Amino acid sequence: MTHENIRIDHRVILEVVAPRSTVLDLGCGTGELLYILIKENNVRGQGIEIDDGAIYKCVAKGLNVFHGDIDSGLTEFNDKSFDYVILNQSLQQIKHVNAVLKDALRVGKNVIVGFPNFAYYKSRLQIFFSGRTPVTGAMPYQWHETPNLHFLSISDFISYCRLKKINIKKSIYLNEKGNISLLPNLFAQTGIYLISG
Amino acid sequence: MTMKEKTKLSENSVGVTQTKHFTFEGLTLENGEKLVPVTIAYETYGDLNEEKSNAVLIVHALSGDAHVAGIHEGQNDFGWWHSMVGPGKAFDTNQYFIICSNVLGGCKGSTGPSSINPRTERPYGLDFPLISIGDMVDCQRRLIDHLGVKKLLTVTGGSMGGMQVLSWLIRYPDRIRSAIPIATAIKHSPQQIAFNEVGRQAIMADPQWRGGDYYGRSAPTKGLALARMIGHITYMSDISMAERFGRQKKNHDTHPFKFTADFEVEGYLRYQGDNFVKRFDANSYLYITKAMDNFDVSQKRPLHDVLKGIDTKILVIAFKYDWLYPAYQSKEIARACKLSGIEATYCEIDSIYGHDAFLLELKEEAHLVSHFLKKVFFEYEVTGSYDT
Repeated sequence: MTHENIRIDHRVILEVVAPRSTVLDLGCGTGELLYILIKENNVRGQGIEIDDGAIYKCVAKGLNVFHGDIDSGLTEFNDKSFDYVILNQSLQQIKHVNAVLKDALRVGKNVIVGFPNFAYYKSRLQIFFSGRTPVTGAMPYQWHETPNLHFLSISDFISYCRLKKINIKKSIYLNEKGNISLLPNLFAQTGIYLISG
Repeated sequence: MTMKEKTKLSENSVGVTQTKHFTFEGLTLENGEKLVPVTIAYETYGDLNEEKSNAVLIVHALSGDAHVAGIHEGQNDFGWWHSMVGPGKAFDTNQYFIICSNVLGGCKGSTGPSSINPRTERPYGLDFPLISIGDMVDCQRRLIDHLGVKKLLTVTGGSMGGMQVLSWLIRYPDRIRSAIPIATAIKHSPQQIAFNEVGRQAIMADPQWRGGDYYGRSAPTKGLALARMIGHITYMSDISMAERFGRQKKNHDTHPFKFTADFEVEGYLRYQGDNFVKRFDANSYLYITKAMDNFDVSQKRPLHDVLKGIDTKILVIAFKYDWLYPAYQSKEIARACKLSGIEATYCEIDSIYGHDAFLLELKEEAHLVSHFLKKVFFEYEVTGSYDT
C-alpha cells in the first residue's frame, strides 16, 4: 500500500504510532486505521466498535474487535495496557467525554485524539453569512442527522487539556490539502493530538 | 424423498457419514472416581493435513451428538450443525479436518448411564458416577491424541459446547490455537440452574423412572418429554415464537377433549417432546444437566488470570435475543480477555431467534467464524468484504 492512498488523518497517525507497539482503537469503525497500522507499523491492535455491520467488516480484515460502546468499554482494561489508545473522530460522539478521556489516559501510555474543528473558518463563514448550522467536509452532517454530540474547537481542546492537566506532546493540524501550522483554530479542519496523563 | 435426493438437495454436504468409536482403558474423573473403560463416539470429515495443523474440534450442546453434518445411511435428518459444516461452508471440510464426538455421559455411542457397567453387566443407571464438563473435555483430549492431533486449529461449540470450549482453554491451552465459545457462560446463573432443575424433577417425578433403573422396561418418556418442552421454550425468544406460531389454532374441528393442543405452539412443543424421547436417554439428561449446573470455569483461578500470557486467539459470539444465555454472560468472557490482554473478538449478533440462534443458518455467524478461522489458519490477515 502506498502512503498516498491512505486517508490524510490516518497517515498522520501512522507517523505518530511507533512500530511494533500496542494500540487500542476506540470507535474503530470498519477497521481501516487499525488495518493500516498493523500492516505498515506491525502493531498489535485491538478495536472497540458499537455497530455490528462495521464489526463484520473488521473481522473480514482479520482484526480483533470488541462489540460495545466506548462509554462503558474501557473500564475493563488494566492500567497502561496499551502503548496508544486512539480516539480518532470519535471523541465528539461519545456521551461522557470526561470519563472516557480519563480512562483512556489510564489504559494507554499515550492517547491520540483526532476531531473536527468547529471553529474552522468555513464553518464560521457559513454561520455568519447564512445563519445556519455549518456543514463541512469534516462535519458533513445536517443538524438532524449528525452523530456528533459535542462541538468543540482547537482552542476548546487546548484549554480543556490545560484545565485537566493533560500533557500535549504533539499537535498536528490539517486542512483538506495537508498539514498547516498558521492559526490552527481558524484554518485547521481537523486537529490531531498526542497526549498523556 | 430418498436419501440420495436429500443429500443432493443440500448443497455442499459432507454426504453420508458414519459414527466411529474409540475405547480407552479408563478415566479418573474430576471427583476422584474411576470409570473403566470409556468409549467415545465420534465422526470426522475432511482430511488431516501433513502438518496436522487443520484439525477443528466441534463440541455439542445438551442434546447433541457426534453427528454434526451430513446424513446417516437410511436416515432423513442432517447433522445438528449441517449449515455450518461442509465443503465451502464456515467450517470448510475442503480446508479443515473436522472432529465431533458425543460427550461422556451421553447416549449416542459414548459411555453414559445407559451403557453396560462391566461390574454388574447391567446398565449403570444411577451407579454411573457424577461427571463434569472437564471430564468430557478430558475424553476429547484422549480422542485427539488417538487421532494424532497435537494442536487443534480451534475448538468451538455453543451453549454447553461453549462451556467445554472454556474448559479446553483452562485445561489444555497449549493444545489449541484458537477457541470459539458461542452463546455460553463461565457458570450457570440461578435462573439457568432453575430451568434445569425443573427438567430433572419432571423426569424423576415420572413413575416409570424408578430411581433410574428403567432399562429393559418402559422409559420415563412423559417426564423426559416435559423436560424437553420446558427446554424448547427457553431456546426460543418471545419474538421468534410470535413470528413462528402467532396465536394460530391447530384444528378447527370439534374437540374431543377440553385440553387438546389447540394452539400451534402447543402442538409444536408436544411434537418436540414426543420426538425427543425416541432419541434421548432420561438418565443422560439428568447427568449432563447436572454437569452444566456444576460448571464454573473460574472455580480455582479467575479466567483472566488463566488467559494471561497464552497465545490462543478467541472469538466470542452472543445473540441479542438469547435470554437463556444472555449476552452479558458472553461479555464476562470478553472482559476476561480484556483483563488478560489476549487478542480477542466479541460480537453480539442481532438475530430475532433466542438461544437456538447458534444452530440456525445465520450468515453473520458463518461470516465471523469463517474469517476468524482463516486468519488463525493462515496466521496473516485476510482481506474480505461483507455485504449487508
